[in-house]
Amino acid sequence: MQNTGHITMALAVDASRFEGVPMAPPDPILGVSEAFKADTSDLKLNLGVGAYRTEELQPAVLNVVKKAEKLMLEKGENKEYLPIEGFAAFNKATADLLLGADNPVIKQGRVATLQSLSGTGSLRLAAAFIQRYFPDAKVLISSPTWGNHKNIFNDARVPWSEYRYYDPKTVGLDFEGMIADIQAAPEGSFVLLHGCAHNPTGIDPTPEQWEKLADVIEEKKHMPFFDVAYQGFASGSLDEDASSVRLFVKRGLEVFVAQSYSKNLGLYAERIGAINVICSAPEVADRVKSQLKRLARPMYSNPPIHGAKIVANVVGDPTMFGEWKEEMEQMAGRIKNVRQKLYDSLTEKDQSGKDWSFILSQIGMFSFTGLNRPQSDNMTDKWHIYMTKDGRISLAGLNLAKCEYLADAIIDSFHNVN
Amino acid sequence: RTQRPHAGALRSPRPRPSIPPTAARGTHPRRSYGPAHPSRAAMPTANVRAAQPSADRRLSTLVRHLLPSSPRTSAATATSADSSLQPFPTMASPSVFAGIAQGPEDPILGVTVAYNKDPSPVKVNLGVGAYRTEEGKPMVLNVVRRAEQMLIQNESRVKEYLPITGLADFNKLSAKLIFGADSPAIQENRVATVQCLSGTGSLRVGGEFLARHYHERTIYIPQPTWGNHPKVFTLAGLTARSYRYYDPATRGLDFQGLLEDLSSAPSGAIVLLHACAHNPTGVDPTLEQWEQIRQLMRSKALLPFFDSAYQGFASGSLDKDAQSVRMFVADGGELLMAQSYAKNMGLYGERVGALSIVCGSADIAVKVESQLKLVIRPMYSNPPLHGASIVATILKDSAMFDEWTLELKAMADRIISMREQLFNALKIRETPGDWSHIIKQIGMFTFTGLNSDQVAFMRQEYHIYMTSDGRISMAGLSSRTVPHLADAIHAAVTKLK
Repeated sequence: MQNTGHITMALAVDASRFEGVPMAPPDPILGVSEAFKADTSDLKLNLGVGAYRTEELQPAVLNVVKKAEKLMLEKGENKEYLPIEGFAAFNKATADLLLGADNPVIKQGRVATLQSLSGTGSLRLAAAFIQRYFPDAKVLISSPTWGNHKNIFNDARVPWSEYRYYDPKTVGLDFEGMIADIQAAPEGSFVLLHGCAHNPTGIDPTPEQWEKLADVIEEKKHMPFFDVAYQGFASGSLDEDASSVRLFVKRGLEVFVAQSYSKNLGLYAERIGAINVICSAPEVADRVKSQLKRLARPMYSNPPIHGAKIVANVVGDPTMFGEWKEEMEQMAGRIKNVRQKLYDSLTEKDQSGKDWSFILSQIGMFSFTGLNRPQSDNMTDKWHIYMTKDGRISLAGLNLAKCEYLADAIIDSFHNVN
Repeated sequence: RTQRPHAGALRSPRPRPSIPPTAARGTHPRRSYGPAHPSRAAMPTANVRAAQPSADRRLSTLVRHLLPSSPRTSAATATSADSSLQPFPTMASPSVFAGIAQGPEDPILGVTVAYNKDPSPVKVNLGVGAYRTEEGKPMVLNVVRRAEQMLIQNESRVKEYLPITGLADFNKLSAKLIFGADSPAIQENRVATVQCLSGTGSLRVGGEFLARHYHERTIYIPQPTWGNHPKVFTLAGLTARSYRYYDPATRGLDFQGLLEDLSSAPSGAIVLLHACAHNPTGVDPTLEQWEQIRQLMRSKALLPFFDSAYQGFASGSLDKDAQSVRMFVADGGELLMAQSYAKNMGLYGERVGALSIVCGSADIAVKVESQLKLVIRPMYSNPPLHGASIVATILKDSAMFDEWTLELKAMADRIISMREQLFNALKIRETPGDWSHIIKQIGMFTFTGLNSDQVAFMRQEYHIYMTSDGRISMAGLSSRTVPHLADAIHAAVTKLK
């Protein structure tokens, strides 16, 4: 049919049905990169989104990922729909990675795993499940937490409240506040915990503190709900970074765990992760899995293959798995180096005697600088350094060469603004 | 000067921050957010289940007979051999999931599950709509393989997060594909397009957007429609009602019923329209009928929501299969469009699609896009890269685009040929009934008109798998299997009524 441009059809509606739709604000995290792109200054530095950069400040695809993709190309497999629960080999690999392949709960068939759309998608599926089957339950989230957590639970219509976490006075963990708030919450609440490398603060409980948390959670019959986005990326060791989760599972508790391969395998855009529910018995896991599927089907039907196959190929081949671990250690190592250099620069340049050691004690991709909103704005407006307004900087976006410039900016913003 | 702590200190016990006295603070969590829960007398999907015909329940029973009787056999064998395993650790309390029932298999995807379990050598899967070659094999298009090769061999490509709205090139090219490159809506920047997870994801995001920003919460869906439609829209926050569509007496369109039902819909209601190759019936309105539908809908300010899963696959022509949509865009009005590349590019498992909203003005389109981002971010943050990159690569290269149209036409032609072969096979067997709908219906599916008893019979006796509504996927047929299917249909209609 030709578009004649001159069509005698009346009855088109003139007024827009969407006239009243307001302009939404930009996403506080992803919006930072957009603003960064628009900045023309040579000095600009993007410490916004948590995507790993090399020392040359370039994005990088892991060598082992490139290898896996070439292998997949050679194999020439088809692109048929995955089952709703995702790629079986991936699901097995991801549960093994998280819990340890020898974990009794896996052998007993007590883990319900669904491949999902990275961390966000896993959290959203779990939230939808909570809304449907635990309609009276609340999720407890740390103050602060990743900005999107609240959006996820809001959209899923799951009520949430915060537990104390970050103590600005010490730039450390307010453990007593955390315990008190979790204890005070109604029995059967879901407690959202960051498995390692807390986002945005970088502050993690110690092993002893994890034990105490498990005590309280068990006592209050709360459901532990882990968000694991940095396994292997925080310390460089996959097992060490999963120890908090494994501690809870070992106690015999039922646990929710959302996993992401965005950072540790650099698969950001492929949206690969999983929601795992460790249940008391295999037939429980079967039922839970079946109901998670019923939530996934009307959301996206079945998950995307590409990222899942990459993970399965890497984890399934001992050589590639070893290479992956090495590359992950390198990434974690670079971040530690950058933390050290930043700390050194700050300590050298700052005459005020402020204690900057939190830069070293925080772990993972992010550092919570303690800068407030106007100070963060100053970082951007005056220094062209892009970060989120809660004072979080992504060390993955920093290199040794820029540490001194960043230190200058932080010192200026901290001391001269507000 | 004190020694500076070294980064290595990260691994050793960290200096504990001194915990300030907390006397000043209360022990209650600081903030609480609790949207008033609407009273939930029934789960949303309970309504859908109640609406399912008893045939589905019989089908589920039948399926259960086909499944191995002992669940978790793998776990059982694992535990029996391994003496080092501990018994279940003592649970602090019984499972909180005790009250959760086993969910039924998805009626469509469950067909493949059952098919896979069947050991019969003559089994045929006519359930899910995935294209099969003449040899019965899944197929990846040559042009898709080439595009994938180019992408993977490109050393400079990265896997950075896409924007929330997805790959920009992909979005622009997708809008052009469905609306036409010269579409005034595109030229006037009135189209907001976001990359989504295939058709399902596009429908869900569109539905959520409407539930939040549109004044009417009712969506009218054709009777019958793809089984997942009501669930998608219900979970998105809309109320699904149906309009008459299929006439079992004629095995064609109940046009009068359609017009009546849309006429009595409240002004502003949303109406789901299958752009072409209606699923499951294969019955499409003629262009003249589309024009009448368009006029009626515009006169009542009904909002069109198109589902386009088969562009190019139905007739073999991309433009022809988009005519219905373009007719609505041409009158200057607004609409939603969910696009899928699962079938026409064979990208099923990559989950590639797009949601476009044609708005009254460019300003509105900008705002609409910003609100779509708020729907997407808490759902999955941003869409997957791989499939969209493949599509963009093909659409932007004219040689690859042409190659694609040829492969697409070949798939569509093979399906048309299967229709002819099946029709002829039934004629030769003198199977009672009028089977001309097999060659009249369009697209991947044929709504056979078989009832659920006959469907169950064909599964049991002939190992032919289809959905219980009698829908068969022609894409799953080959010259080799047509005779078997014809035999099965013949037996079913002569033995069961």
